[in-house]
Amino acid sequence: MNRRNFLRNTGFVAAGSLFVPAFMKPLEAMALDELSLYKNLVVVQLSGGNDGLNTVVPFGNDIYYQKRKNIAIKPEDVIKLNDMQGLNPNMAALQEIHDQGWMTIINDVGYPNPDRSHFRSMDIWQTGSDSNQFLSTGWIGRYLDSNCQTCKFPYTAIEVDDSLSLAMKGQTKKGIALKDPAALFRNTNNPFFKAVLQGDKEHLDEDNLGYLYKTMIETQSSASYIQNTSKIYQSKATYPNTGFSNQLKTVSKFISSGLKTRVYYVSLSGFDTHVNQTTQQGNLLKQYSEGMAIFLKDLKANNKLEDTLVVTFSEFGRRVEQNASNGTDHGTANNMFIFGGRLKKQGIFNAAPNLSDLDGGDLKYQLDFRQVYGTILDKWLDVNNSEILNKKFNTLDFI
Amino acid sequence: MSAKENFFKVKHLYNRAGFGISYSDLQKLSRKNVDKVVSDLLKEPKPNDLITLVDGMESKRQMLIQSGLYAKKDLNDEEKKMRQEIVRMQNEVSKDLNITWVNKMINTTSPLREKMTLFWHGHFACRSNDPLYAQQLNNIQRLHGLGSFKTLLVEVSKSPAMLQYLNNQQNRKGKPNENFARELMELFTLGRGNYTEHDIKESARSFTGWMYDKDGTFIFRQNLHDEGPKTFFGKTGNFDGENIIDLILEKPETATFIARKIYKFFVNDQPNEDHVKELSSHFYASNYQISELVKKMFTADWFYNSENVGTKIKSPVEFLVGLSREFYVTYNKPQILIQLQSSLGQYLFNPPNVAGWPGGQSWIDSSSLMLRMRIPSLVLNDGEIDFSGKADPEDEAVIALNRSATANANAKAKPKSYVNANADWPKFIDTLPKRISPLELTEFLLQPKLNDKIIKMVSDNKGLRSTAVEITSMPEYQLG
Repeated sequence: MNRRNFLRNTGFVAAGSLFVPAFMKPLEAMALDELSLYKNLVVVQLSGGNDGLNTVVPFGNDIYYQKRKNIAIKPEDVIKLNDMQGLNPNMAALQEIHDQGWMTIINDVGYPNPDRSHFRSMDIWQTGSDSNQFLSTGWIGRYLDSNCQTCKFPYTAIEVDDSLSLAMKGQTKKGIALKDPAALFRNTNNPFFKAVLQGDKEHLDEDNLGYLYKTMIETQSSASYIQNTSKIYQSKATYPNTGFSNQLKTVSKFISSGLKTRVYYVSLSGFDTHVNQTTQQGNLLKQYSEGMAIFLKDLKANNKLEDTLVVTFSEFGRRVEQNASNGTDHGTANNMFIFGGRLKKQGIFNAAPNLSDLDGGDLKYQLDFRQVYGTILDKWLDVNNSEILNKKFNTLDFI
Repeated sequence: MSAKENFFKVKHLYNRAGFGISYSDLQKLSRKNVDKVVSDLLKEPKPNDLITLVDGMESKRQMLIQSGLYAKKDLNDEEKKMRQEIVRMQNEVSKDLNITWVNKMINTTSPLREKMTLFWHGHFACRSNDPLYAQQLNNIQRLHGLGSFKTLLVEVSKSPAMLQYLNNQQNRKGKPNENFARELMELFTLGRGNYTEHDIKESARSFTGWMYDKDGTFIFRQNLHDEGPKTFFGKTGNFDGENIIDLILEKPETATFIARKIYKFFVNDQPNEDHVKELSSHFYASNYQISELVKKMFTADWFYNSENVGTKIKSPVEFLVGLSREFYVTYNKPQILIQLQSSLGQYLFNPPNVAGWPGGQSWIDSSSLMLRMRIPSLVLNDGEIDFSGKADPEDEAVIALNRSATANANAKAKPKSYVNANADWPKFIDTLPKRISPLELTEFLLQPKLNDKIIKMVSDNKGLRSTAVEITSMPEYQLG
């Protein structure tokens, strides 16, 4: 592929004229097609603090039933995965996924000195900081900043939403947020905005105005690239008609049409179940599981499951003991789900939560969430995790 | 100094010290010496214009009911309903408070005071579910924002919002909670590297007993205060919270930390350390008089240097307030202001964390930039940019797409954009000179220097209104 084609193919030709400022340096990435093994990471955020104990239910532990008299899931309703833990009955759609070996559950993931504020704990998870450290960049953002061989495009990371999460913001690079590729394409290709960009070379400096133009050009070229690459693809799978499934459907369309994006970010909110948890969490888990199951099968059908890793997290788990309103309050450590076609260790990864050794009524964490990130960065995204996480974290062997 | 030069200086000053200025006011003030304009800005009367939206008595009554309800183990249905209702009302009032402040910024006759309040709002970043506490803290920042930094710091430290947010309510003798003590030094005064972990521990002990009572009033609870000796910054004494604050203010590093942050907010994201030093030594020598620091900054020659003019990325609130102020915008559904703050990443009273909004380039990503460039046309012109540039053949498809989207929108008989706002065009045009050209208007609306491309783009424009909509939709308008 020659330089010109490369630029055209990746949408770097802005406003019809060929100009690429030196600091955008897209050219070293020439061999991308040869790299071809395009590994995708999909991050799924469950906002509000999902109650992990009613998600992966420790039905083999009496303490669970003692502490949750009104909201415990009855043993006969649990979808058993081993003789200690099983899934919430609303997650039936994932049983098949589990049985295929496409799912790993990591118990008790957390961090030292846990913070029980939604905002703060979400920040910690998104930035990968310590609990007393304030970072203004996200872990995926810093991965983009690292400018590795495969992460230098403005569309390397896409969040299927209207606005961009902190996780996706780096110092010099940021992911792109879009809900509807056609709408973003229309917006960026508005004739006025095109005229604004027409032949504008002098602004591409590294000052703030240059940064604005650079962002605008990248958005425009990314929008064109995404729209043009993905518009023809039609998924054959039938997704449930929920917002969450629609996000996954968009991701599947992007992955299956061969978009050279590496990280996708989607989220599902409403997990802050202080009151009457059973119905509310049940509905959400159902949406989550049904969407996820179709998504994974859709990828499988398109031969993309092997190249895809999905990771699900929430900002914290909830207290072991239920509250007086048939709900649960903010807690600490929580389980994480990993999905994909190339998992090394399938099913339940580590020991179930120890409900008799609590820290002020909350679970103690077994694994730091940054070990999970570190594993993904090292083994899936091929960057040295200490560069992104600011210190080295031991990796795990789920992939 | 030429009148033209003064014109641009005052425009820059009002853009940074306030939220912009009307053409007619600018013409008037340009006749004065800039130093005089600065001292007039600072000469604003002590404000009696605090925000009084949240009624203390009513909110106290709710709090009392609520704390009673939370203490109770089993609530009956009626109590549950009441609790939900109180939470709902608090959320409602919190939103009203937000809108009240935004409108105050849009309409204020004391722009510097509101701008300073906005600065301290980010510096002493805090979230409170209780709108009364949030209002109190906001008023403290307004009342003391240009006064003594020590008074401001003490008042903020004593505010229920902050005591609650940083857990000083739980900071008791024998069971210290270090959250407030840590942020006091790390984020509010000294910055990292100027104290030890031991200093934090001793400071936390000194602030034990700083609490608020059921009425939302500061109270020093002697019986919960650790009266023992503490060693802080190498000095030993039976310190209390105010002693600690005094010791922190004795360190010139505090003046430097604050001066640098103010410089980054008002002058340039990239601090020039010589200028920061100039400001911080003056600030320290003035015994932490904020107005002195601000005056020094706005009268410095370097404040008007080209590297500091039209080069800062406006924060979302500066952008929204500036636009609304400029064009006398009214929002028919004020809730949209909250939605826009949230989409653009600066939801007032809801900072991301105690470190506040990081600012600068972090305001801008692909989605926030595209939205920012869409907002002026949505606010001023129901989504239309009357642009009649020559389309190349490639554009035709897009234009067709847009047409059908517009046709669909029109078919829905929804004449206003979702932003649903009205600009007062006659009033705006009235502030302009009679024979102002589109180019002159452009020069007025944009802070960055005009380049050939923009000059060319507006040169064949006919109307002032279409020029204004186009110009405010450009990347250059994001800079102030």
